[in-house]
Amino acid sequence: MKVKVISRNPDDYLRETKHDIHKVPRNYDPALHPFEAAREYTRAVNAVKLEKVFAKPFVGNLDGHRDGVSCISKHPNRLSILISGAYDGEIRVWDLPQKLCIREFVAHAGVVRGIAYNPSGEHFITLGDDKTIKTWKSKAPDVGEDEEPVNTVLSKTVLTGITHHISDPVFATCGEICQIWEETRNEPVKTFEWGIDSLHDIAFNPIETNILASCASDRSIILYDTRDSAPLRKVVMKLRTNKISWNPMEAFIFTGANEDYNLYTFDTRNLKQPVNIHMDHVGAVTSIDYAPTGREFVSGSYDKTVRIFETSKGHSREIYHTKRMQRLTCVQWTLDNKYILSGSDEMNIRIWKARASEKLGPLKPRERAALNYSEALKEKYATHPKVRRIARHRHVPKHIYNAQNELRTIKEKGKRKEANRRAHSKPGEVPYEPERKKHVLKEDK
Amino acid sequence: MGKFKRYYDKAGDESTKEAVVYNVDPKPGPWGRRQADKRIKKNKKIVVKIPNPDPKFKGKVPIPKKLLRKHSRGKGISPKGVRTNTHQKRLEKKEKVIHFATKQAARAEVLLTEDAGFLEADAGETTTQFTQKQIAESVDITAATKSFELKLADFGPYRMKYTRNGRHLLIGGKKGHVAAFDWVTKKLHCEMNVMESVHDISWLHIETMFAVAQKEWVYIYDNQGIELHCVKRLNRVTRMEFLPYHFLLASCSDSGYLSWLDISIGQLVSQFNTNLGRLTMLSQNPWNAVLCVGHAKGVVSMWSPNSKTPLAKMLCHKAPLTALHVDPKGQFLATAASNRELKIWDVRKLSGPLQEYKLITAANNLNFSQKNMLALGMGNVVEVYRDCCMKPAKRPYLRHRFVTSVGNLNFCPYEDVLGVATATSVASLIVPGAGEANFDALEANPFQSKSQRREAEVKSLLEKIQPELITLDPTSIVEVDLPTLKDKVEAKQKLLHVKPPRINFTPRNKAKGKGGSVKVAKTKKIVKEQAKKEFIKNTKDLAPKFGSKAEKEQGVLDRFLPKKKQIIANK
Repeated sequence: MKVKVISRNPDDYLRETKHDIHKVPRNYDPALHPFEAAREYTRAVNAVKLEKVFAKPFVGNLDGHRDGVSCISKHPNRLSILISGAYDGEIRVWDLPQKLCIREFVAHAGVVRGIAYNPSGEHFITLGDDKTIKTWKSKAPDVGEDEEPVNTVLSKTVLTGITHHISDPVFATCGEICQIWEETRNEPVKTFEWGIDSLHDIAFNPIETNILASCASDRSIILYDTRDSAPLRKVVMKLRTNKISWNPMEAFIFTGANEDYNLYTFDTRNLKQPVNIHMDHVGAVTSIDYAPTGREFVSGSYDKTVRIFETSKGHSREIYHTKRMQRLTCVQWTLDNKYILSGSDEMNIRIWKARASEKLGPLKPRERAALNYSEALKEKYATHPKVRRIARHRHVPKHIYNAQNELRTIKEKGKRKEANRRAHSKPGEVPYEPERKKHVLKEDK
Repeated sequence: MGKFKRYYDKAGDESTKEAVVYNVDPKPGPWGRRQADKRIKKNKKIVVKIPNPDPKFKGKVPIPKKLLRKHSRGKGISPKGVRTNTHQKRLEKKEKVIHFATKQAARAEVLLTEDAGFLEADAGETTTQFTQKQIAESVDITAATKSFELKLADFGPYRMKYTRNGRHLLIGGKKGHVAAFDWVTKKLHCEMNVMESVHDISWLHIETMFAVAQKEWVYIYDNQGIELHCVKRLNRVTRMEFLPYHFLLASCSDSGYLSWLDISIGQLVSQFNTNLGRLTMLSQNPWNAVLCVGHAKGVVSMWSPNSKTPLAKMLCHKAPLTALHVDPKGQFLATAASNRELKIWDVRKLSGPLQEYKLITAANNLNFSQKNMLALGMGNVVEVYRDCCMKPAKRPYLRHRFVTSVGNLNFCPYEDVLGVATATSVASLIVPGAGEANFDALEANPFQSKSQRREAEVKSLLEKIQPELITLDPTSIVEVDLPTLKDKVEAKQKLLHVKPPRINFTPRNKAKGKGGSVKVAKTKKIVKEQAKKEFIKNTKDLAPKFGSKAEKEQGVLDRFLPKKKQIIANK
């Protein structure tokens, strides 16, 4: 007779001293792990609930301005510095980690319309309603010295926006016309004109560095090439575009924040229709900025909310609001891809987390593994009704909630009306028009 | 070099690696989706053998196919029917990950430390002839201590149950004797007489709590024997089963009631009359947590707390059932009837019988071990069968005779031990090869410390499965719910285009001077508008209310809400 019986030596299964960790022998045999699907699903539901529990996106605010914040600009190579301009012409430089104002001075008579750092971060250029372009040193003056611009240029035309070339000492301003300047000269190097309308925002392409885009009050977006003598192309929308931002990873993609509550992502190679329409805001969208990854962007709106969109998705993944935040004037995504800065009418600049439930600070390896696991679970079970409901739910202010309902009704009404019209007319008389074609009027070359 | 013979030394040195070369069309074409698909079909794989640059290293050790099959979760999805290229790619990527995980799990099998037990007879012997005494003498001393018998003459017949990790044992005598102890170290937790008849006993999720079905009600005690609860909603219970992943204490009663008690919140999840008379046989299917109940008509019915009708009914025998049990993997159901029959069924397909046996006497008790050995209690004899499900077993693997009749028997998980409770004793028999040798400490750990137990309790409570998920197929939660989705979309589409019915209404002629064409038109208009209003109101009611307050179910956690909200939630 040959016989063997399971006989375990406890020494192999128990820790030797109290200071050791417990021994955990594993056996991955599926028979020992029943209800795989149901347990995983439960974990996914828990993960998505915990995500909601930990969603505390508001980090802090920078207060000090005595009038609404009109524009903000981040330092090209330092994460802790931020400059903001206000409607009363005041400029403030902020230390972000300490949430302190480290420098303040009145730069312009009237509204500060734009701020831009030069690529090295040693100077910054501001422009205002007083038709001046002023260059300032990033280093604060010594005690007792006055704030003096390094250079002041008087422009002949109204100025509304500025953008700096990513690497060269060249910047562009917009107003009645689009002007290209060199930092060392006091006259514009080049001017672009197309019609007589005024431009209100301009942006240099960070990859194809000679390309510029600006939006005009005749509801158009115009593309320029600094090497060319005339503007390249123009696309006219149904309502005007307020702000433009280029995708920092894809040279040919830009997104415009539109007055009709939507954002439109265009491919410069085909302006006839937008690549994507991003809906969700219930007020005119006033500002936009891309994340440094190019996968997401943030938008601020007149409806007093900040929303975060994924570039490839039509609806936002996140909405930020507070009771006290008023109409948004400017938003920026910080260059470490972790924070969002928003300036609004009520004189505050707010700092938000880019991912609402992300833990700040270093993670322990086990913590990270657990987070990665729950992330994978959330993705796997994303379409389950319970998981989706929890993940999608956002508590929004009443005015947003009501406006959303109203917009939904209006949209449904339009759909029904069109369907009825189609049903009662000759086949083919009322063609189906894709949503993407509805908002673009024409493309000019 | 060359001293050791390694697994790759068998093959010749000039082995080759396979390289995949794609026959790509150099002509650039319009790269639309359709074209892309065509090109993929055109690009046939051409396999070119290139010599292995390092003939000493032959790559990874191949994984045995049997192991791969064991850890596989099915064939996977073929990307063929998927519409777009992107989604095809995404799916392929996912499948790759799943396949990788399967392989890793199969590879990890090498790391298992323990080997399963066995008993082999020499030529001319059979395993049946070996007595417990002989076996106990020929195994090591620690294993030999696992064979013992407790003589408990006064309070029998007994019932017994092991905890999920196989470390603790709970016994209950019909005349009120209840005892819990660590049977490996023989350390007693508590022993008492409840001074009432005891019908069944059951451990709860950890070894510090157990439930006892007494004369009238079910009581819950802790491991010191202190009464924690008396559950009066569970009345005259005959058998209990604990569903560990759902935290449900399932029970059947004398009066034909089935009930599920959620012991994590102390709430009855479901309780209803089966209308099938007295219920005395109960077994849970550990694969899907469905309860199998045996009846005197030879029928086995399967129940979930979500439906008041059985999920399935199987006519298993033409005589009253005497015992039933489902194996731990949820593959086989063994049923025994009073006409001395024993049948093995496939519970996944609900088909069979896979095997039919005729016994010498009717089996009153059945139990499957983790390695699919089947123990039968027939009168005062216990027989253990090996490999009896897929092919017929000719003779029992082991046999043991007791003085009195067997009341209850259970295999101990993760041990080669069969516990038998008879009318006058509780015995532990050694059955080599019955248990799973390698446990997973995160699932059930026989060497659990107190802190580990506490942590495991919290973890398992966090992933408690909701009772709504108890269905015949436990994987249904990860499948696509197509019908509901379709209905939802269609209902919404339809509602967009419903039209108010046309009304043919002519006001009746009134006396001269009272009517007039203007007045007639007015009444017509009013009536039509009224009808339209009503119609619009009705369509609003027609709209499917998904997740609205009206359809909200009354959740078990609602009682933690403040009073005001409770009322709303219940409305």
